[in-house]
Amino acid sequence: MTQTTHRNINHLRELESESMYVIREVAAQFEKPALLFSGGKDSIVMFHIAVKAFWPAKVPFPLLHIDTGHNFPETLTFRDELMEKTGATCIVRLVQDSIDKGKAVEETGFSASRNKLQTVTLLDALEEFKFDAAMGGGRRDEEKARAKERFFSHRDEFGQWDPKNQRPELWNIFNGRKRMGEHFRVFPISNWTEMDIWQYIYLEKIAIPNLYFTHQRDMIIRDGVFLAKCDHIPLKESDRVANMQIRFRTIGDMTCTGGVESPASSLEEIIEEVAATHTTERGTRFDDKRSESAMEDRKKEGYF
Amino acid sequence: MSQDIQTGYLNMELLRFTTAGSVDDGKSTLIGRLLYDSKAIFTDQMEAIEEASKRRGEEHVNLALLTDGLRAEREQGITIDVAYRYFATPKRKFIIADTPGHIQYTRNMVTGASTANVALILIDARQGVLEQTIRHAFIASLLNIPHIIVCVNKMDMMEYSEEVFESIRVAYETITAKLDIHDIRFIPISALHGDNVVKRSTKMDWYEGPTLMYLLENIHIANDNNLVDGRFPVQYIVRPYSDQYHDYRGYAGRIAGGIFQKGEEVTVLPSGLSSKIKSIDTYTDELHEAFAPQSVTITLEDDIDISRGDMIVHKNNEPNVNQDIELMICWLNEKPLALNGKYHLKHTTSDARCIIKEIVYKVNISTMENATDDKSVKMNDIARIKIRTTKPLFYDSYKKNRITGSLVLIDEGTNETVGAGMIV
Ligand SMILES: Nc1nc2c(ncn2[C@@H]2O[C@H](COP(=O)(O)OP(=O)(O)O)[C@@H](O)[C@H]2O)c(=O)[nH]1
Repeated sequence: MTQTTHRNINHLRELESESMYVIREVAAQFEKPALLFSGGKDSIVMFHIAVKAFWPAKVPFPLLHIDTGHNFPETLTFRDELMEKTGATCIVRLVQDSIDKGKAVEETGFSASRNKLQTVTLLDALEEFKFDAAMGGGRRDEEKARAKERFFSHRDEFGQWDPKNQRPELWNIFNGRKRMGEHFRVFPISNWTEMDIWQYIYLEKIAIPNLYFTHQRDMIIRDGVFLAKCDHIPLKESDRVANMQIRFRTIGDMTCTGGVESPASSLEEIIEEVAATHTTERGTRFDDKRSESAMEDRKKEGYF
Repeated sequence: MSQDIQTGYLNMELLRFTTAGSVDDGKSTLIGRLLYDSKAIFTDQMEAIEEASKRRGEEHVNLALLTDGLRAEREQGITIDVAYRYFATPKRKFIIADTPGHIQYTRNMVTGASTANVALILIDARQGVLEQTIRHAFIASLLNIPHIIVCVNKMDMMEYSEEVFESIRVAYETITAKLDIHDIRFIPISALHGDNVVKRSTKMDWYEGPTLMYLLENIHIANDNNLVDGRFPVQYIVRPYSDQYHDYRGYAGRIAGGIFQKGEEVTVLPSGLSSKIKSIDTYTDELHEAFAPQSVTITLEDDIDISRGDMIVHKNNEPNVNQDIELMICWLNEKPLALNGKYHLKHTTSDARCIIKEIVYKVNISTMENATDDKSVKMNDIARIKIRTTKPLFYDSYKKNRITGSLVLIDEGTNETVGAGMIV
């Protein structure tokens, strides 16, 4: 007989359980889901939970990486190694191809970024493979515009998000019903914060790219932001270049991911550092500084 | 440091709460205060709202701006949807479902309340108990939120008077006496000045209870899940088809109630067949037992045909199995509920269709009386209805289990979620 005494799980296990539930709902409710993989810690955690959700079977959907061509080489190496280790499939689609086909126009100038162009490549890839659900590692704590995002986010046939036309989500019931041509973005780790992610990586001993840990690197110092020196960023007169002890809090394109000066070389040290910092992760991102509603605008167009 | 992690970070509980108040009761200020005093606000966020406050010509930094959402709403200056916020203390991680309190937004409060352990209800000390306050209490009780904390706000504007607080408390208790609320507490606060929010007020020595933050950190939530009646809705069938796990057939899902143990006898619905739990698997370990709300994969001793939507339950403790179901419904959509209309229905992991057989009565939420003559159920209305489903559901009453007792109705034409149901 079971005895009813107290049973409790910690916040990370409860978040994990919720995310697993959401990922399994996606596998059950959609015909052709995909998991958007960027090589950043959020998508690594999401993938880790997916692996757990279906074990001992393999993850029943492919990963999809929209490669801007501006990734850190370390990210790509990490991605390939992870796929090899887990036996998962990762489909890669290149923003460069969209540019070559004339579907997307490269931004020019010193702070040109391919962040916006990703949307075109992503929507084309969804179309190409007839994916009807794309899981992303977006978290509600990241940005104001995400605070009202649903787990199951409905997109019309143009991939657009209408903030006024989102379905209420109650209890743990998720409505993935849709018409032909429509699809869903699903955010299984909606309720996680940056801190939760780090604590979970620590708890589960999840491997992450070494860019997250401190290392020496040549950095461009521009408007108070530290950008990794690389071929994709043309130097301005006012830029300074210095060799710094740096790590990255988020990993995106080299053109818009700012580093932080930090000696943190272990997960414990990162957790300690995150607990003590006073700026959001997005504070280190160049793209969100463009306008207060930058993220919201990109989302409406179908951005992650 | 690593010891710190073991005893600290990895030992936190998760508490979800929802907030309700009428417009201008100070809800945004209170949330801003909680975030600010618990240091969940970052410098760049703070700078952004300082700037926004200045642009709007306000003299103080408006903490309420922190919880402001999408641009359309910013422009209209109102909050029209449920927004989720996060903060943590060394004891707990908190998820706030921030819902606007206006009468038209019953559906938002219902949505936010559906997953909450705690409801924070705000009352403006100058106004006392209003019609809206009653509505909020009713919804909290209908949605079976285990704990209610009533914050009597703006005490600074009433000279921090004990009489004011006590008379509001008595009025509130009288009105809510007929509601099914188990745990209710009252705190006098000033969200603007921070009295009794995180720090104890020095101006209300007469109040001996805890601060709001202390309550949020310590209120006992480990019993909020039903740990008695074993309910495991099967969500997904795990079949590896690999050499190593050739005959493996696992039932994946999230436990909706009770504790399941290895070796225990279970019944599978709808077949009614019995078996024993062979293993409870997770990626890292095989578990001896699992309980709500864990997500696990269960294997059984016997080869039974089981698919998504079936339910594994404790032997000799079965849920109701029925096609005729009576429920309270909150209507979420602009298109009213159609009597004799057909809807798609989602309940745990199962899908069905249903027809609306009867509207028993509509609730006047402001007076908590049942109106039997007016039976038009429009957006934000709450009514008791009877439905018949195309196949039997396996359910408990919502009071007994919030997961197996809840369902949603979906419009078959638009696919929108139109109704939130709580089985009576
Ligand atoms: N004096 C005083 N004013 C308050 C208090 N809490 C909120 N306010 C003010 O009441 C107004 C409405 O507050 P707000 O948080 O926007 O209310 P909401 O509509 O419930 O979110 C604002 O001008 C606040 O500054 C309080 O405790 N004392």
